[in-house]
Amino acid sequence: MPKDHGIGASVKRREDIRFLTGQGRYTADIDLHKQTYAYFARSEMAHAKINKIDTKAAAAMPGVIAIMTGEDFVGMGGNPAGWYIPSRDGAAMKEPKRPVLAHGKVRHVGDAYAIVVAETLEQAKDAAAAIEVDFTELPAIVNMAEAVANSANRVHDEIDNNVCFDWGWIEDNRAAVDAAFAKAPHVTTLELVNNRLVPNAMEPRASIGDYDAGTGDYKLYTTSQNPHLTRLLISAFVMGIPENKLTVIAPDVGGGFGSKIYHYGEEAAVLAASKAIRRPVKWVAERSESFLTDAHGRDHVTRIQLALEKDGTFLALRTETMANVGAYLSNFSTATPTFLHGTLMAGPYKTPLVYVNVKAVFTNTAPVDAYRGAGRPEATYSIERIVDLAADELGIDKVEIRRKNLLTPDMFPYTSPVGLVYDVGNYQATLDKLIELGDLAGFEKRAAASKAKGKLRGLGLSTWIEACGIAPSHLVGQLGARVGLYDAATVRVNATGTISVMTGAHSHGQGHETVFAQIVAERLGIAESAVEIVHGDTSKIPFGMGSYGSRSLAVAGSAMVNAVDKIIAKGKKIAAHMLEAAEGDIEFADGKFSVAGTDKAKTFGEVAFSAYVPHNYPLETLEPGLDETSFYDPANFTYPAGAYACEVEVDPATGHVEIASFTCADDFGNVMNPMIVAGQVHGGVGQGIGQAMLENTTYDANGQLLSASYMDYAMPRAEDVPFYTVDHSCNTPCTHNPLGVKGCGEAGAIGSPPAVVNAVVDALQRGGYKHVTHIDMPVSPSRVWSAING
Amino acid sequence: MTKVTMVVNGKSVSAETEGRTLLSGYLREGLGLTGTHVGCDTSQCGACVVHVNGKAVKSCTIFAQDVAGAEVRTIEGMANADGSLGVVQQAFQDHHGLQCGFCTPGMVMSSAALLAENPKPTEAEVRHYLEGNICRCTGYHNIVKAVLAASGQDIAAIPAE
Amino acid sequence: MYDFEFVKPSTIAEATKALAGDGAQALSGGQTLLPTMKQRLAAPGTLVSLNGIAEMKGVCKGDGGLHIGAATPHAVVAKEAAAHYPALAALANGIGDPAVRNRGTLGGSVANNDPAACYPSAVLASGATVVTNKRKIAADDYFQGMFTTALEEGEFITEIAFPIPQKAAYVKFNQPASRFALTGVFVAKYADGVRVAVTGASNDGVFRWKEAEAALSKDFSAAALSGLTVDSSDFIHDLHGTPAYRGNLVKVLTARAVAAA
Repeated sequence: MPKDHGIGASVKRREDIRFLTGQGRYTADIDLHKQTYAYFARSEMAHAKINKIDTKAAAAMPGVIAIMTGEDFVGMGGNPAGWYIPSRDGAAMKEPKRPVLAHGKVRHVGDAYAIVVAETLEQAKDAAAAIEVDFTELPAIVNMAEAVANSANRVHDEIDNNVCFDWGWIEDNRAAVDAAFAKAPHVTTLELVNNRLVPNAMEPRASIGDYDAGTGDYKLYTTSQNPHLTRLLISAFVMGIPENKLTVIAPDVGGGFGSKIYHYGEEAAVLAASKAIRRPVKWVAERSESFLTDAHGRDHVTRIQLALEKDGTFLALRTETMANVGAYLSNFSTATPTFLHGTLMAGPYKTPLVYVNVKAVFTNTAPVDAYRGAGRPEATYSIERIVDLAADELGIDKVEIRRKNLLTPDMFPYTSPVGLVYDVGNYQATLDKLIELGDLAGFEKRAAASKAKGKLRGLGLSTWIEACGIAPSHLVGQLGARVGLYDAATVRVNATGTISVMTGAHSHGQGHETVFAQIVAERLGIAESAVEIVHGDTSKIPFGMGSYGSRSLAVAGSAMVNAVDKIIAKGKKIAAHMLEAAEGDIEFADGKFSVAGTDKAKTFGEVAFSAYVPHNYPLETLEPGLDETSFYDPANFTYPAGAYACEVEVDPATGHVEIASFTCADDFGNVMNPMIVAGQVHGGVGQGIGQAMLENTTYDANGQLLSASYMDYAMPRAEDVPFYTVDHSCNTPCTHNPLGVKGCGEAGAIGSPPAVVNAVVDALQRGGYKHVTHIDMPVSPSRVWSAING
Repeated sequence: MTKVTMVVNGKSVSAETEGRTLLSGYLREGLGLTGTHVGCDTSQCGACVVHVNGKAVKSCTIFAQDVAGAEVRTIEGMANADGSLGVVQQAFQDHHGLQCGFCTPGMVMSSAALLAENPKPTEAEVRHYLEGNICRCTGYHNIVKAVLAASGQDIAAIPAE
Repeated sequence: MYDFEFVKPSTIAEATKALAGDGAQALSGGQTLLPTMKQRLAAPGTLVSLNGIAEMKGVCKGDGGLHIGAATPHAVVAKEAAAHYPALAALANGIGDPAVRNRGTLGGSVANNDPAACYPSAVLASGATVVTNKRKIAADDYFQGMFTTALEEGEFITEIAFPIPQKAAYVKFNQPASRFALTGVFVAKYADGVRVAVTGASNDGVFRWKEAEAALSKDFSAAALSGLTVDSSDFIHDLHGTPAYRGNLVKVLTARAVAAA
């Protein structure tokens, strides 16, 4: 009988009730007294010099209250890069200022140069259209190879060749890697593109700035995955508002996938405008603005090489990647292609020598930053594609080449050649589980059935790992991070025994309100309904770093567990006093504090009440109250891993690909709520299938975004995907956090794209199209057809 | 401004409109029914789906004045009379058919319209019917499962969780 | 969106009068027009809704075949045309998504003549008659290139009459993002010959593939198409396909339509 509550139970989500009845409260649903509406005037050109902005006519239009331009923000700071990445020759990272509003130049289509505030949204829009700007259009820099080659064209005048950094990892290993290649019996080479994606959380970004002239306090309601980080960036770097005068509230947030980690200029602009007009200023992005201005994901061009023995043993791997960072550095855009990508290039394999080179390149396109998986999908895709290609070249079975090279359980902890220490794993177990669940043995039979229908069936595998539970501050600090990546929780026991848990994690779909309550309730032996999870408001929660990088449970959850442990320790002191026993004799179990070896006990509720009604406390040794905070900084990353299989059917006449099945065997360590974990994998795989088959962000040579709406950017729909088979029974608990958890949010998006592409290439190979060794994502019908007929 | 009256979730209501006021705006700003969401501007995402005279429509692509006098049902009107979740809503919770909740109102309204037209749809029919509702969180697995469950069909064969 | 005056006449005569005014524009289902207006690409002074005109709604058999009111939503066509003209009903049932089908209309689609819309291929392949508030227009005269039709200022479609073929089928290959036709082919076999209309492929909008018509009129089988080539020189080149790819689709989909008819 599966558990129906507590850790490991598929408890139904409590937050669903409000979402299912239309009672959710997203930023766009909030209206404040005397609220005004903002609209941003945005560049229609990819690259232009701003000679003059004339707002006179616009300001005189009906309903217009204020117009601010880049000039009004010149005295403010810039939105910073959170990670410092020096070049391999020691040169400093290039960090151009990213102002609140464009000043001097606009650098991508959608770059905002003015905020218009009016009584109604339509009035603000009308006025924005009436702003007169004298631009001198400049050549757009779009293609990375051209950006690097042509020093005459510069996105930022001061940055020669548009290169942010040229990073080598690990530089000291480079010669050894090259030497291994020089004498390798076989070398496989592949050039591939990791396609640029638009994250497309279904809720567009929105922000409301509300300045209180009486107190000088600012309040920002915003669509954020991490309200404290947003507050820190605005306070310390952009606007200089003291942190204790700024509250950031991220209420219900409709998905993030990375795109709502970052601070955006619109947030600072509505705060500044609110202060200027002494009224709340509300901005809600239209989807077309999301396409143009949300931080995009991926966009790597990579050349990867794998050196092997003839028997398929991996000897060495090296890559050269150009990573597009867009027009400005977003907060983590320098970390994503480096420490979230380069450090993963060993994958789950024993490859002894690895060297990674990444050039980050500025272009006149929207900034690029972390998107679900962030760097790890790029690493996994490159590795898993070249493993398949090498297997084909050497005539080795795709399962066997993986099994031969996977790390074995006896090798943990394992120090990878790119600097990570994998604490634990069993990659054979997930591979074996996949073979069983996906009925790989029955593939040939299914392929024959497909053939009878005129379709080509293919099987694609992916065995992957990721580093998540982001992140050990001591480690990332050495690697260039400018922030700590701990998290925090406060567990407040109220006088009547109910509990409020204030967490630094932010739930925007993950179900924290349910899962965190399961954990706290189980550890305290009380009902889940007595536990309330509070998140998303800097005035209520301790300083936490928010949710991304599959970190909420592993990091914020650990903080919560530690805070609960402190509550129990304090409760023991109180119980010892109440029971007139020694503290060391008090035991806590099943919601009761008892004196060991006796039937003397106090319930959790009695202890809680006593804590707030301390009529006879020995105050010199026992404080009243039961309210504890813990900050938790992980000792290491966590290393989820898994094995995925995708089967496709290709219609060779049209190039249409249908996903026939998708099977996942994952190791997430201990699982708190299997229903939610499976849901996270489904969603990740859905996004991975989207990347592999449908989604692509295309700029033309002038820097115009061609895929600028759902009419041209293909989002996965219900008809594009199958039911997925997922399993997370092969778990090796994380060795260094109290729950033994690893994180599951990004796995699906990391492991799935190569499985899809491998399956399509496999289908064509089996169908006799031997010339097709690779198709870049998305493997759209026209690309598949062109490959077949190429 | 023109006053537009409709019957929304069984109650006669009215609000002032301009010619360009969309039904979604009428519901959200005019009536404060913010359960109906707006997720795109090209009539693709379906977060704004409501029922007008019993049919699922995209409320962001209809002018309020064009449906004056209509019977409109929104996500706020989908619960049972006693406030408990309706059949489709309950199935979405039971089968984890939502994560961030933003597409959910449209998904529930489209699913309810499907089941009204086709009480026992196949998996393929569910997927086809939901073509105009985009979800970024769930990969659709649990949404399709929830709709099949709401139709009273056996879902035991669908992969676990 | 720019503001406008909204009017909703209840007869064709009233609508004709309302649309005679300066800056007046007809609104049908609005599934294409509203997104365009949101982008401020259209700025009518008066928007004349055709959704309240009872005489422009409904599906019935008559002298010209199947008569469908221009303001009939796709979902109604899908249901009510099924017994009479199944291929047309199936086409209607594949436009957009259910919410769009409940709102979008036959007349709106044909008046807009989007090069990737489905309905124009049925109208052209059926040799249908487009009836407006002023006259009757043969399908072959009606479509005049991408987003261009024979409609004049103040003229709007009130009904389309579809001769019912012996056999017909529409096969659509979805553009993966918009779910419009990346290419769609409507094949209709009549006593006096076969008509083949292609949408989604050409920069000129919907067109008849005359070589296929000739071949299929002699031999209504997929095999009859095997020797034909498609001139794709003026086909659409976009993110979703090259002219050559669309040319291939025309051939493949025509064969599949013949097989399905």
